[in-house]
Amino acid sequence: MKFVDEFRDIELVRNLSAKIHEITTKEWTIMEICGGQTHCIMRYNLEEFLPEKIRLVHGPGCPVCVTPLEIIDKAVRIAQREDVIFTSFGDMLRVPGSEKDLMSVKAGGGDVRILYSPLDAIKIAEDNPDKKVVFFAIGFETTAPANAMAVKEASRRGLKNFSILSSHVLVPPAMEVILSSEQNRIEGFLAAGHVCTVMGYEEYIPIAGKYRIPIVVTGFEPVDILKGICHVVMQLEEGRYEVENAYGRVVSREGNLAARKLLKDVYDVTDMKWRGIGNIPLSGFRLASKYGEFNAEQIFDVGDIVQQESPLCIAGEVLQGLKKPGDCSAFGRECKPEHPLGAPMVSSEGACSAYYRFKKTEGMET
Amino acid sequence: MCLAVPGKVMSIDESNPDLKMARVNFSGVIKEVSIQWLPEVRVGNYVLTHVGMALNIVDEKDALETLELLKELGELDAELGKDAW
Repeated sequence: MKFVDEFRDIELVRNLSAKIHEITTKEWTIMEICGGQTHCIMRYNLEEFLPEKIRLVHGPGCPVCVTPLEIIDKAVRIAQREDVIFTSFGDMLRVPGSEKDLMSVKAGGGDVRILYSPLDAIKIAEDNPDKKVVFFAIGFETTAPANAMAVKEASRRGLKNFSILSSHVLVPPAMEVILSSEQNRIEGFLAAGHVCTVMGYEEYIPIAGKYRIPIVVTGFEPVDILKGICHVVMQLEEGRYEVENAYGRVVSREGNLAARKLLKDVYDVTDMKWRGIGNIPLSGFRLASKYGEFNAEQIFDVGDIVQQESPLCIAGEVLQGLKKPGDCSAFGRECKPEHPLGAPMVSSEGACSAYYRFKKTEGMET
Repeated sequence: MCLAVPGKVMSIDESNPDLKMARVNFSGVIKEVSIQWLPEVRVGNYVLTHVGMALNIVDEKDALETLELLKELGELDAELGKDAW
């Protein structure tokens, strides 16, 4: 695939590896924000190409992992209704709720459908006027505009049987939570490239200044990731803390202005509960009140569902980079992708799942 | 989840001004993608696509320059200024 394969070239990976070895003199801890980056690091074993002094820590950028338990429970209750066609990205079906997941609703006869695009749900709603079609609209800033587009299109077409169950989260407030923790060890960030394709990177400039931390917009292929790490290490070694863009082929300073305008129209910024982390002020989107007729939480009776997290799973600490998956006593034993205890073992981008698939840990049952 | 892939625009359909669409080729797999947020897109451009929406046109010049500089990195070895790439 053009613009993908070239960025997996082992020669370029080796060149970057040599450069990073050459410039690294001190120990540095760097967090990659996005689960897609974590997946790439594990899949290509990129830590092997780094000096021992560089430690990579995996961030909270897996929307499947941070979607709160109570939203999963609300999805399960709505999906069980006979008058509902429940639609979702495939990743969400096996995320454990407090009693069951969406996959078991489907297995029990519920009409649960996996979609490639939220726009596909619009067509399903038009084709099934006697059913209520709900789309499980989760995601970071990358996905939120596509979900907003479905709402906008449903509004334009005057659909009365379409709604979204919305749980959207934002990257910068989560970075601030990590940086302001007393336990924080992160000295540099690889910012999530596709979030920045939409949002640009201006909003990271105040964070880099306030916390004196380099933030480098980074892509998702092995060459992109090592290039991002190289930029971060250069800054750290030189005592700089700036926002740099190492993913220029698809990221501009201002991002996609049309998509950002749509976000402003369809959503309001709101406080959000993150699974495993807790409430973070102004860290998510909710549907603006003028689109209330498309809000599944208003249409269906789910307001009574309030859930607390299980204390057994250390996902919260893993998502904040405070612990690695192997630090969990259940990892690879009670908790595996086939029977996950927590969401990071479900999504292929979750740190636990990535470790399980690509990095076997000593003592793990396989 | 934030997976986005580049594909080549084969044809553009602007008949619905609120939902402009394109047929995009991802290494032989053709998909219908909305190009609503990319008014400047043309047939032949590569677009980065996520859940059915094209998010940006791939800047081919930037991509090629980056690859070229990273190739030279092996040849030049040391003394490559930080602003060079």
